[in-house]
Amino acid sequence: MSDVAISIEGVGKQYTLGQRERYQSLRETITRTVQRIVRRIPAEKEDRFWALRDVSLTIPKGQIVGLIGRNGAGKSTLLKILSRITAVTEGRVVLSGRVGSLLEVGVGFHPELSGRENIFLNGAILGMRRHEIQSKFDEIVAFAEVERFLDTPVKRYSSGMYVRLAFSVAAHLEPEILLVDEVLAVGDAAFQKKCLGKMGSVAREGRTIIFVSHNMVALMALCERGILFESGRLVADGTASETVERYLRDVNNVAENALAQRQDRRGNQQLRIVGFEMRDARGVTVPSVASGQAVTLALHYESANGARLANVHLAIGIHGKFDESLFHLSNTTSNDEFARLADQGVITCHIPELPLQPGNYTFNLYCTVNDDVADWVQNAGTLVVDGGDFFGTGRMPGPEGGPFLVKHRWAASDEPAATTARSPALVAVPDPGNLSSGTK
Amino acid sequence: MSFSPAAHHPGGPRHVTIIEPLQRWWRIDWSELWANRELLFYLVWRDIKVRYKQTALGFIWALVQPLSAVVVFSVFFGRLARIPSGDMPYPLFAYTGTLLWQFFARSLNEASTSLAANERLLTKVYFPRLFLPASVVLAAVVDLFVALVLAVPFVIYYGYAPGWSVLLIPPVVFLVMLTAFGIGLIFSSFDVRYRDVRYVLPFIIQVWMFASPVVYPSALVPERWRSLFALNPMAGFIEVFRSGLVGSYHVPWSMLIVSCVAAVSFCVLGLFVFHGTERRIADVV
Repeated sequence: MSDVAISIEGVGKQYTLGQRERYQSLRETITRTVQRIVRRIPAEKEDRFWALRDVSLTIPKGQIVGLIGRNGAGKSTLLKILSRITAVTEGRVVLSGRVGSLLEVGVGFHPELSGRENIFLNGAILGMRRHEIQSKFDEIVAFAEVERFLDTPVKRYSSGMYVRLAFSVAAHLEPEILLVDEVLAVGDAAFQKKCLGKMGSVAREGRTIIFVSHNMVALMALCERGILFESGRLVADGTASETVERYLRDVNNVAENALAQRQDRRGNQQLRIVGFEMRDARGVTVPSVASGQAVTLALHYESANGARLANVHLAIGIHGKFDESLFHLSNTTSNDEFARLADQGVITCHIPELPLQPGNYTFNLYCTVNDDVADWVQNAGTLVVDGGDFFGTGRMPGPEGGPFLVKHRWAASDEPAATTARSPALVAVPDPGNLSSGTK
Repeated sequence: MSFSPAAHHPGGPRHVTIIEPLQRWWRIDWSELWANRELLFYLVWRDIKVRYKQTALGFIWALVQPLSAVVVFSVFFGRLARIPSGDMPYPLFAYTGTLLWQFFARSLNEASTSLAANERLLTKVYFPRLFLPASVVLAAVVDLFVALVLAVPFVIYYGYAPGWSVLLIPPVVFLVMLTAFGIGLIFSSFDVRYRDVRYVLPFIIQVWMFASPVVYPSALVPERWRSLFALNPMAGFIEVFRSGLVGSYHVPWSMLIVSCVAAVSFCVLGLFVFHGTERRIADVV
């Protein structure tokens, strides 16, 4: 008993569909109840689903465990159960030791309060005692590098400063069991590295850590054990690298499933994407395309009840081999509005020159109708890219240069070195993070 | 997640948390509330600080609101409608009633919306949820205190002086807080699920004010109905509060007792309702 930090026995969590979406209005509840009575649908038949089911786990003291899985696989639900934010529907959990959870940085930060005030407020919310915060105050401030702005309201902070301060408070929490969700995904690269280092040192102090991240590299670096979730169930438990490998294999396999048969989708299904194909420059459906070729991604869709669709927005999020997001294609950013659509048909997205290295890429599909999420499928399929003559030179860079190909030209002239050196030509790749779109 | 100090010392008794479905919903974990009392303090401190940082006039608002209400009430109810105010001048009568009423109305309103207003907090971190409605009610006391300070010259100006019954004011204020807290708990439980509450609430508060002796004395209510009238806890509390501020007024003991019972009942009922929904809050908010 004394060596076990967390013991989870047969834990399950059931949600009523729609419960998680947004709050309801009383009117909706009344109409739904009336409908249920009129149509004599028993209350049990209400759409319920298990976000998590039959999960049993024992985590010894001092172990660092990574939870892996796609969005909606249940890993965040498990963290919320362990941190007592949400209740379990069945099963039992025993946590031995002080628990601290860090599901989001800066929870409870108030924009009007100063940095100093927010350190105390946020610390208290995270479960720190006042004397604890006081004794670590200088450390927190130094780690966040905000000494000069301690008495400035945080609404005047840059987003970088804000995130640094928020993480810093959280990083100085000293529970025996620490639950962390995706918080390393914030801040700039240098700060992320610093956070990773901090997490590593926390881990060496012998605390038990449960860590959720989509960053497989960070996960493998930090965790000794990896646990894979799929559709609410625990499907693999092993070393972190074994589990990550298995997960990446699964991601590619799932993408093979025909889109129309996929059940693991979200949204109100007012519109459903039922097919995907790639077409080459002549409009012929092809199994793969070559780097630098023109390609048209065609999405076949159906509306739920044969109704015409208004105000449709789509996004395709392309992911690389570590499931990292590469770029988004969205008709919002390209400004191709679909104000009205027939009840079924094909929506196409044309890429004039595919800027990707040869390889397999997965993609997510995300669609909203009238600003409500209609369909959202992760790992919806695979984009197979073959080698091609991207540069028109018959030459290609090696794979170590990353997934992207960028058209460019070099030139030399005999101008004096000083003037040319000052104006370096730079070809910019659009930063996928700046494009607004819902795919993750 | 209560933090026993022993947990800091290896070898000492370890802190163990057990999570199970269907925890006995009628049992409130008082020890957890006590262990986290510092958080309650910080939440109250946040509410007070933010309120006075965001407004240019700060504490002055705590005076302007009851004063402007008193001017309006004195003109319409005192002068035009000639509502009797016993042996007190009408403005003093209205001020003493409005003071306590506005404290109650604000506490109730903010407690009722406190959960939905802190949605992000509720879905991202665990802490005793009761602290959210409790903190706004506690923070509202500051405004009441400011307005009470002004009441003293007001009372003296009209030639009155607080009598021994001024000692009843602290317990009455506490009971008003219990009432606002209890009813606020019920409303807040609904508010997380149905945001309709915030539209209905101003209306309820308005009607409630006219069902309380803010602008008229309970003496207008026939003697035999007065105990029933006091089931509205604010009825008894406003009367006692008033009699405490102006010493000459007699204390309506029977109304006070009925109102006390009503206030405690509201509070207990609120705790029941709140505790029943507490575990689902993060799922529906």
